[in-house]
Amino acid sequence: MSWNVVIGMEIHVQPRTRTKMFCGCAVGQLGDPPNSNVCEICLGMPGVLPVINKAAVEACLKTALALKCEIPIHTKFDRKNYMYPDLPKGYQISQYDLPMSVNGFLEVGGRKVRIRRVHLEEDTGKLIHAGDKLNKAWESFVDLNRAGVPLMEIVSEPDIRGADEARDYAQELRTLLRTIGASEAEMEKGQLRCEPNISIRRYDSDDLGVKTELKNINSFRALHRAIEFEIKRQIQVVESGGTVVQETRGWSESEQRTFSQRSKEFAEDYRYFPEPDLPPLQLDRAWIEDLRRELPELPGSRRARLVAQYGLPVADAALIAADRDLADLFEAAAKTSGDNKRTANWVIGEVAPSGRLPSPIHLAEIVTLVGTGKITRDQGREVLAESMRDGASPAEIVATRGLSQVSDPAAVRATVEAVLADNPKAVSDYRAGRVRVIDFLAAQIIKRAPQVDRALANELLKELLR
Amino acid sequence: MPLTRAQVRHVAQLARIGLEAGDEEFYADQLSGILEHIDRLQEVPTDDIAPTAQVVEVTNPLREDVPRPGLTQEEALANAPAPVNGFFRVPSIQEEA
Repeated sequence: MSWNVVIGMEIHVQPRTRTKMFCGCAVGQLGDPPNSNVCEICLGMPGVLPVINKAAVEACLKTALALKCEIPIHTKFDRKNYMYPDLPKGYQISQYDLPMSVNGFLEVGGRKVRIRRVHLEEDTGKLIHAGDKLNKAWESFVDLNRAGVPLMEIVSEPDIRGADEARDYAQELRTLLRTIGASEAEMEKGQLRCEPNISIRRYDSDDLGVKTELKNINSFRALHRAIEFEIKRQIQVVESGGTVVQETRGWSESEQRTFSQRSKEFAEDYRYFPEPDLPPLQLDRAWIEDLRRELPELPGSRRARLVAQYGLPVADAALIAADRDLADLFEAAAKTSGDNKRTANWVIGEVAPSGRLPSPIHLAEIVTLVGTGKITRDQGREVLAESMRDGASPAEIVATRGLSQVSDPAAVRATVEAVLADNPKAVSDYRAGRVRVIDFLAAQIIKRAPQVDRALANELLKELLR
Repeated sequence: MPLTRAQVRHVAQLARIGLEAGDEEFYADQLSGILEHIDRLQEVPTDDIAPTAQVVEVTNPLREDVPRPGLTQEEALANAPAPVNGFFRVPSIQEEA
């Protein structure tokens, strides 16, 4: 039996704001003392009034625009009622029937994943269950620092066809959010949380199967594995004559499996109604157009442009376009150095892993110094590190440290010959067929003469070993 | 249509209201009366009127994203019956089956 997989994604993203959704409390950080970023409003005390955070609305609208959503003129907030200690009000302020945006899409690997809606709501507090693990926990501790932190909920249509595409979708969305500055989208800080809902159906049928929703996923890897596990589990259930139960399942990282979670309220009965404390919003068209104009070039089109304009391989363009700072650096440095391919290699291989940013002019200088053989690649790395550390220009660093590359064939040949003379065993091993020994000999050359032109030395090494 | 006793019990459970003997009939009557009244309102033709979620004539009162001091941890927990190490403490909540 062959099965098709149908996946929809709900992704919660914390927009980049300083304060909470409806009060002036700081959003705080992981590790803050419990209940230290709270006030009467997010604690749900009687008689308080929420007021909407403008920056959260802007981040949500920018996200909606970047996802090509329609933005209605009228939007409002609603109460989603449920009793649980993670929200002391007894309800979460969310959006129900008039969300801030609808009907967009995100292109993932050439396929369009439709976006049903992007709306705003508030996060809940954190519960820590205490007590004996084997028996029932006997009490829970509540930290309300997260209660009221803004969240955008981005809901896709069930257009995703497998674990790979689900991961790619989430990563593409993260890149987009970071590029437009709507969110830092750091998964490990809980700023981006994925909840895929998954069902399977016979390959020859259009009937949707029963879906399960997965929670507790805290990395792209976990997302991929959880979905793969859940697909296998559902197929096994159905093929052994059972039926899939509609439920929420958690992902256990330690056991690498999904498990059933009981729902919060016996039947989901949230009794949504319009939030009486918040007047509806009228989204001014001029404001929307201003926000649209402020959007930077989006990752998808930048990727395509880096390929077309700079002749980069698609994989390199994807790596660079995924980070707006890196992409800006690459374009500026490539224009100065005139060497697109080498500049891209330096950006991907050296700058990206360092987590720092050199000035584009300095990077271009280093690309040229190494490219023209003035200094070695290793020296180039050192110069880059130093230039990123204290902002000194590469030319100055090269001059003060007396760096240069030895490219004179006679000098290089002398070095190689000396190394071969010192390592007769390696030489005979090589000639006896153990060709990997050449790496050892190459390392000995660099050790003896760090400034040697490596390409030339390797060439001579092969020649002299023959 | 009058509310059933089961519906009253469900609503009471959602609202965390305890019911005593005889309460179910009493509230079923009262709530049915309210629903009937709403049904009568439904008869008013409203096709040409935009849905109203709010009657207060204030639009877009947005707040600038500027932090302001809230409560200290001590103040936040002042009314809590049994706080521990800066946390509120509540009876057992277990979600995993």
